[in-house]
Amino acid sequence: MCLAIPALVVELLPADMARIDLDGMRKEVSLSLVDDVAVGDYVIVHVGYALQKLDPEEAAQTLALFAELARQP
Amino acid sequence: MRYVDEFRDPVLAQNLSASIALEAGAGFGYRFMEFCGGHTHALSRYGVLGMLPSNVQMIHGPGCPVCVLPIGRIDFAIRLALEHDVILCSYGDCLRVPASDGLSLLKARAQGADVRMVYSALDACKIAADNPQSQVVFFAIGFETTTPPTASIIKQAHAAGLKNFSVLCNHVLTLPAMEAILNQPGGVPLDGFVGPAHVSTVIGSAPYQLVAQRYRKPVVIAGFEPLDMLQAILMLLRQVNTGRAEVENEFTRAVTPQGNRKAQALVNEVFEVRDAFEWRGLGSLPWSGLKLRAEFAQYDAEARYPEMHFVSVPDHKACECGAILRGEKRPQECKIFGTVCTPDNPIGACMVSSEGACAAHYTYGRYRDVMQEGS
Amino acid sequence: MSKAAYVRPLDMAHGRVDMSHGSGGRAMAQLIAELFAAALGNEYLAQGNDGALLPQINGRLVMSTDAHVVAPLFFPGGDIGCLSVRGTINDIAMMGAQPLYLAASFILEEGYPLADLKRIVDSMAQAARAAGVPIVTGDTKVVEQGKGDGVFITTTGVGVAYDGVTLSGDLAQPGDKILLSGAIGDHGMAILSQREGLAFDAPILSDTAALHGLVAAMIASGAKLRVLRDPTRGGLATTLNEIARQSGVGMMLQENTIPVNPAVAAACEFLGLDALYVANEGKLIAICAAEDAERLLAAMRAHPLGQRAAIIGAVLEDARGFVQMTTRMGGCRMVDWLNGEQLPRIC
Ligand code: SF4
Repeated sequence: MCLAIPALVVELLPADMARIDLDGMRKEVSLSLVDDVAVGDYVIVHVGYALQKLDPEEAAQTLALFAELARQP
Repeated sequence: MRYVDEFRDPVLAQNLSASIALEAGAGFGYRFMEFCGGHTHALSRYGVLGMLPSNVQMIHGPGCPVCVLPIGRIDFAIRLALEHDVILCSYGDCLRVPASDGLSLLKARAQGADVRMVYSALDACKIAADNPQSQVVFFAIGFETTTPPTASIIKQAHAAGLKNFSVLCNHVLTLPAMEAILNQPGGVPLDGFVGPAHVSTVIGSAPYQLVAQRYRKPVVIAGFEPLDMLQAILMLLRQVNTGRAEVENEFTRAVTPQGNRKAQALVNEVFEVRDAFEWRGLGSLPWSGLKLRAEFAQYDAEARYPEMHFVSVPDHKACECGAILRGEKRPQECKIFGTVCTPDNPIGACMVSSEGACAAHYTYGRYRDVMQEGS
Repeated sequence: MSKAAYVRPLDMAHGRVDMSHGSGGRAMAQLIAELFAAALGNEYLAQGNDGALLPQINGRLVMSTDAHVVAPLFFPGGDIGCLSVRGTINDIAMMGAQPLYLAASFILEEGYPLADLKRIVDSMAQAARAAGVPIVTGDTKVVEQGKGDGVFITTTGVGVAYDGVTLSGDLAQPGDKILLSGAIGDHGMAILSQREGLAFDAPILSDTAALHGLVAAMIASGAKLRVLRDPTRGGLATTLNEIARQSGVGMMLQENTIPVNPAVAAACEFLGLDALYVANEGKLIAICAAEDAERLLAAMRAHPLGQRAAIIGAVLEDARGFVQMTTRMGGCRMVDWLNGEQLPRIC
């Protein structure tokens, strides 16, 4: 359900649109559901809409947690 | 792919898998439901199920919008396309779903209906703008994740004064379905839920408190990558083993407690909750679906074509989807699994999309059954 | 030239196909002379008869035919013209044969621009010349507007099998190794990137290529080849399932050995597709005896079309014909047949 993928915002376009990049694949998506998105942010894209900004610090923490939780059972 | 590949690391996966085995111990069995079809698909596709100890069982939930969509709703769309000559736009997921009279949206297209696959609601709106002489209907399905884009496009159509665009709304809600499963008479043998990833980016983690508090079931919201799922299962095991029933969030990189307020407000502005909506496999559930508010009736295909109405179509008698979606049975326990009912010829809801419990097991996991039989 | 006999040359810039171009009359003769023969010209076509008279061939003949429909007709990395030439060359090559001659039939839709038709025919000519396989005979028909999709091309090929080489989908044996000549999914994804409603930008080109040179190098390596197939429609997964069923064997693949270009992988993630099921037009699967696998791999990698070749798995004993795969995560799953056309999984 709800296929969505984190993609890099590479260009802000008129009418609340943005160009996103995923390893060279580029597509225009709508930013109408999110606020304060800037070039360089990662957004979670679903059916052509950015649903949420991805929080890089939280992502790093989660990855750190994997390593840690997996070590101390 | 940044933020994707890191979450598929095989070494960390093996470590997490070992921790899960340790945490699960030799004790009694654990039964967790991944509500969301995206999790079902990912668990199978990445082979995560095979990395779990045998006493941790994953029950595949009803969070697959294509699976739970009643046949009568697709019949509705097909009749609009065939009898009212509308351009019917749909996400690719729905095109092959078998409907009544041996039809599907794809087969209707072969009979001359103008059915178009779109990637985004934006594309449907564009088709309407490009074809002012035709009525364009967008077949909207999905949970809370997919609803805000539909709401946004209705607002956009309104602002542009589009007269030839409407939406056949089949949007449904996650929590009423979770409650329907938890409210089974006699209770349900479930120890906790892996909570949806992208639904939760919109609704936030707070609404699941209901499940944790009223039903005493732990919920861990998890991302869709394999490490996310392993981690969530580990967190669920730890909750169960320490007697906790809390809402925990593994997917903090995209899910906050309140979710996406802007998207929520937009959805509230455009949609309201229906008294009841039929779910394939679960039956009619109160307060479980959305419809357009009266102010937006001109974009509501149901209001625009009042002579059409939804006709409920019962599922095959042998189909065990209800029991499977409630976690009472496994796909291979259905008598017609893999024989009469296959992904090429789906009889019940769970076989319709690759995210359905039966289809995921057929496509990715059935080699295990036969090996067990043979040995 | 007398005034009466003067024929205005075809208007390649603005002209369009009309019904007279398929009627067998003078207009058709002109189209053939000025467009087809001019581009494809070779001694056999120049015979100008209903068929081509070819030199004697010694050996076992291989023949194959393939109808080509593709939308759009021009796509990143190729067009229906070069695709139709290479598709049939590859079908002959997969039989363990050297392709020799091609025939081509065109179904043209009334109103199709001659300029585009010329581009397609030129592309065919170039592909045939580069491959060293001439188009020796052909035919053209025109259908009314709305009854075709621009251009359909059917190509038929003849080749001669390499001495001592017999390849067939039912010859895979438990223990054999499975090799793949390069990254998968580029052709299908290049087409999809142009599709209305899905369109996206990506540095993805169709991998269309004639594989007979690669096959010749593989056969020259002396490796004991059992099966060659090009995984076109339905992709790698479907082709492997076909072989498994034909041979009555199972297979075990290693996901991390299967090359996929990053942009293709990204587009798959974005659209909910699986690269294992996405079409290829310039890749082959080889199954050979285990002891020859390394030698075959070296021969493939030495060829420009096999630089990223890899051993991707092995054939197992399994009467059910299941193809399984060890995932990159270290788990296991089945790789099943494709269920109908692969549709994006989005919502
Ligand atoms: S196998 Fe088919 S009929 Fe049986 S429960 Fe699953 S979907 Fe229903």
